[in-house]
Formats: sequence, C-alpha cells, structure tokens
Amino acid sequence: MSDTTVSPVASTIAAAKAERAGALVGYLPVGFPSLDASVDAAVALVENGVDVLELGLPYSDPVMDGPVIQAATVAALEAGVRLRDAFTAVERIRSRVDAPVLVMTYWNPVLQYGVDRFADDLVSAGGAGLITPDLTVDSGADWLATSDRTGLDRVFLAAPTSTDERLRLAVDSSRGFVYTVSTMGITGARADLGTAARALVARLREQGADSLAVGIGVSTADQIAEILSYADGAIVGSALVKALSDGGVPAVARLAAELAEGTRR
Amino acid sequence: MTDTRTSLRAETGPFFGEFGGRFMPESLIAALDELDEAYQLAKLDPEFHRELAELGRSYTGRPSILTEVPRFAKHAGGARIILKREDLNHTGSHKINNVLGQALLAKRIGKHRLIAETGAGQHGVATATAAALFGMECVVYMGEVDTERQALNVARMRLLGAEVIPVKSGTRTLKDALNEAFRDWVANVESTHYLLGTVAGPHPFPAMVRDFVKVIGEEARQQMLDLTGALPDAVTACVGGGSNAIGIFHAFLDDTSVGLYGYEAAGDGVDTLRHAATITKGRPGVLHGSRSYMLQDEDGQTLDSHSISAGLDYPGVGPEHAWLSSIGRANYLPVTDTAAMEAFRLLCTTEGIIPAIESAHALAGTIELGRELGPDATILVSLSGRGDKDVETAGRYFDVLDENGNARV
Repeated sequence: MSDTTVSPVASTIAAAKAERAGALVGYLPVGFPSLDASVDAAVALVENGVDVLELGLPYSDPVMDGPVIQAATVAALEAGVRLRDAFTAVERIRSRVDAPVLVMTYWNPVLQYGVDRFADDLVSAGGAGLITPDLTVDSGADWLATSDRTGLDRVFLAAPTSTDERLRLAVDSSRGFVYTVSTMGITGARADLGTAARALVARLREQGADSLAVGIGVSTADQIAEILSYADGAIVGSALVKALSDGGVPAVARLAAELAEGTRR
Repeated sequence: MTDTRTSLRAETGPFFGEFGGRFMPESLIAALDELDEAYQLAKLDPEFHRELAELGRSYTGRPSILTEVPRFAKHAGGARIILKREDLNHTGSHKINNVLGQALLAKRIGKHRLIAETGAGQHGVATATAAALFGMECVVYMGEVDTERQALNVARMRLLGAEVIPVKSGTRTLKDALNEAFRDWVANVESTHYLLGTVAGPHPFPAMVRDFVKVIGEEARQQMLDLTGALPDAVTACVGGGSNAIGIFHAFLDDTSVGLYGYEAAGDGVDTLRHAATITKGRPGVLHGSRSYMLQDEDGQTLDSHSISAGLDYPGVGPEHAWLSSIGRANYLPVTDTAAMEAFRLLCTTEGIIPAIESAHALAGTIELGRELGPDATILVSLSGRGDKDVETAGRYFDVLDENGNARV
C-alpha cells in the first residue's frame, strides 16, 4: 500500500486528514473549454480548497464516463486537444500551485505514446501519477514496472462487485490512494449514493487500505462530509465540469470553495 | 506450453499471441469472470450442447446448405465456387448462432435482461429474437446515424418487443453503441447480460463467440468433403469485427493446404481516409476491452471508419484475426465499396441470390482470388447474410430507387 514518505498524493491526503475530515480530490479534463481555461480552472480548484487534482485526458471511447464528462471531452477533442497538452497543463498548473496532479487516462493513449515515454514525460512535467479506469492490476504488468521505475503513483479502482481477492490486489498495488467506486455505474452526479460505498470502504480497510478516496456520483458538500466520516478522500468530477461548462472559471472556483466546506465538518 | 499448442484450433484466450486480454473497468471484472466461469462449465455440459444443437436444428435451420454457383464463377476465372448459406438462417444471417449460445448461457446464470450493440441491425434483430424466444427483456443500442440508415431493422427489433436506444454520443455509430452498452452493463450488471455481437471485446467474448459460430466451418468442412471429395483450396469471408470469418475459418485452421482470406471494407479506398480496413491500415492498440489492430491517430484516439456496409463499419477487429494475420495463417485484404457492389449485383443476376452487402465484400474478394488461383481451384465462401435489409441502399446505389426510396417509374 501507499508509502506516504514517497507518495505525494498519499501524504497530501494524510495531511488533509490530520487537519480536517479528509481530502477533496477534484477532476477536470485537459483542454476544456480550452487549454488555457482548463489550466486556470485547475489552479482555481486548488486555490479554493481542492487538495489533489485529477486531470482527465480526453479520449474517443470513454466507457466509464457519463454524459457531462463525455460532452466536455468530446468538445476538447473537437477543439484539437492533443495528448502532449496533458504534460503542458500539468507543468503549468504545478508552476502556479503546489497540489499533486494525477492524470486520469484510458489505457490506449498511454500505450500508443509508449508507457515508459509517457511516464518519463509526466515526471518531467511534475505530475504525480496515473489513474487508470480501464487498466486493472492483473492487466497492467507494464505499468506496474514503469511506475516502480519512475516512482509515479498508480491509482487502481475498487468496485462494489470486486471479490476480496481483487480488492487485496488493488490495495497492495495502488500507490497514492485506492479509487473506491461508490456505486455501480458511470460518472455523473447522483442524489443518493446509497450504502455501497461505506460497505466497500470497510471491505478495503480489512484488506489493509490506509489511503482511499470515494468517487462516482459525488456532487455536494453534504455528500463529501458523509464520505469523509469513513473514507480518507472524496472525489468530485461531473459537478465541477458542469460548473465550468455553465459558468466558466469563476463558477468552478465558487463550487470548489463550497465543496471544500464538506471537508471541514 | 502444452502439446495442445500444436493445434491452432486450441487457443481459448485470454490471449491469442500478443492480442486479446481484458482491458475493462474493475466494475465489470466480476461479471466477466462470472460469464467465463459459466461458459467453461457449459462447455463441459452435454446438456448445454444438446440444447444449443436442438435450437440450431429446429429454430435456426441448421445445418445451412452449400450452394455451388457456376454462373457467378465464370466471372471468377472459372474456379469452382461454393457458398455456405448462412443467409438462409432464421433472422437472415450468421449472427443468430452466437446470439442463441449467449442467450442460453444468460439463462443459466440467471440474467433476465439482454443488452446488445448493433450496427446494421442484424445482431440487434437476432438478439431481440432470442429475447422474445426466452422471455427476456431486451435493450439494443444503435448509433443514431445507423438508426436513420437502417430504419427497417429498427422497426423489426421493436416489433419483436425490444427497446431500441439511439446512441447520440461520439460518432453516433457502432463503436459508440458498444461504449453505451458497456455503460449500461456497468450500471445493471446484476440483472443484465451484455450479448456482444462479434469476436471482439474483453475475454471471454472473443473465444466464446468464436465457439458459438465455429459450427459454420465445422459443417462446411464436412459438406465440402461430401460434395467434392476434398478440402477447398481457399475459404473466404468478409471481416468487420470478424465473427462470420472466424466461424468459417476455425475448422480449417490446421488444414495447411487451405488458404484463408478475410476481406475488409476498404470504403472509398485504403489510400483515402474513408475506409474500415483495420488490419490492412491499422496498428495494434486497445479498443473495447482487448488488444488488436485498430484504426487510430497518433495519440491513440479511435478514428472513424467508413463503409457502404454498416455491418463492416467498425474501426476494430477481433484479436484472433489479428493473431492469424500476424502469424501468416490468414490473409486480410481490402475490398472497396465499388467492388463489393459489383459483386452484389453479379450474384443477384447470375444466381438469383441477393446477398448482404457485407457478404458481397467476400464475393468481390473471391472473384479476384478465383482469377489468381485459376479454373482448377475450389473456393468456399461464407455467404454470411441475406440482402433484404440492403434493398434500399442497393436500390439507390443502382438507381432503381429514387432518393426517397421510391421505385423509379
């Protein structure tokens, strides 16, 4: 499991937990609505209380994403965003704020760029690691080796349907945190997160997880406060993307500040 | 490695050489494992095979017949050309073979809701048919673009009681219908079986679907021996995702004297941007859960494919085909829209058989191959589907229908 002395993400989450209820992880896609605006929006998240950034690389076939994130990533691709823009964005964000930046990416873009080359360029840009929604530990031998070589964090997902054996694998192999999928489904705000997340966190704790964040469907400060009563971090994506889409950087900054209140209860 | 590796027919996945595997969200891994386990048990259960064979006999109409086409063959260098008539199956194509196998399996694992993706609508119609037969719920995802160009099949699915959902995301075609079906499956995996329609996707789909369609080649191999006293010199099929091709190829994989030829859709030509020739022009990558050849840009973004045939209009291909290509066991060649439509018309007018435009790609490739191999050759062709669904497209192409789909007067 995550060694907080080497993982910037795990140590940030641990520090947030020491000061407050836990950490807020915020997702935005690279290049939406433009490269500059996506960098400004990410910086605004951190300035308004987001502890860890999750920067999504737009991809043509995002099977885990709901309509809000799909619409944003399609728009980014149509506006001409390229894979290398992710490194530019990470570098520019890191030059302005201190929060660790994870890149969330489907696997094929990494594979085409070259796993080693991708990792090296991410390290050079100051990135913290990868979240891989369609790469599980048992299919990710090349990424395990490369992340060990470079020291990058690797965030794998755990789902309510995962067996104990697979949860163990995700816990043992993740570095930074374990991405705890709150509910069966794709990204997008949900009024009711149900009890699945709490039960899954308990199962992950039994497998030794000491850094885990709950995501999928999280959109309000109340939900964040509730999640942080049993988890170490809460992840918000679609709600932030919608705010950015509707009201630009000022709106996403306001929402981040509002959501961050959930970490102080 | 065990000695079973000496047979090319023994591959059961997850990998076919360096191709295949399982690149999927963790949320779906349990369902894929459950499916794999159920399938491994079913494979060993004579009752499952008996039930499936009975459905094949009394519902699909198996075995499908062979038809020799001498008048067509005159245009193909005089080679002896024999069609395997999957077009005569119930629902009009080879798709029903896979659908009945998976529906039977879904019943065994207690799923009462079937979801499917469809391009031209043939797989959607077959799935809607099986859902009706087994008393299951059915939802079919179909790209919005395809619902417009295949309105008749949308109506067929709805008549069969299925819900058809037009997919408005991405390029609004087959690949996006797969994405949407995966998204539905992630959310409804407890009640739902995703009845994937081709030999692509994450393990166990490529091997399992292959097993459900390989009856085509098993029948045809014996039928060829009975009819001609020998194995054919070549076996040909069209390749989109590749299910009819692997279905007819598989029985012949170890017969080294038999050449295997898969014909990909070249659309406007492989030197244009408008084609679906995945093996010819693509490179290895991960799409829809497995590693295979795919059409993609430098960044790994999937490219749009184009073909006059909606059933071949897919930027990926099954991993077993990628492997057969990489080891040189099967050849994959491009066929343009124009060549396919010429072959379509030729089969109509020389033999009185209207083929699916997908299958017409195999016929066009066979004409070229026959001219190369000469009059002593025997070629077995997978006639994977019938052309009823394509009458409007072909009618407009050959100008026997006007732009509104009405007969020219």
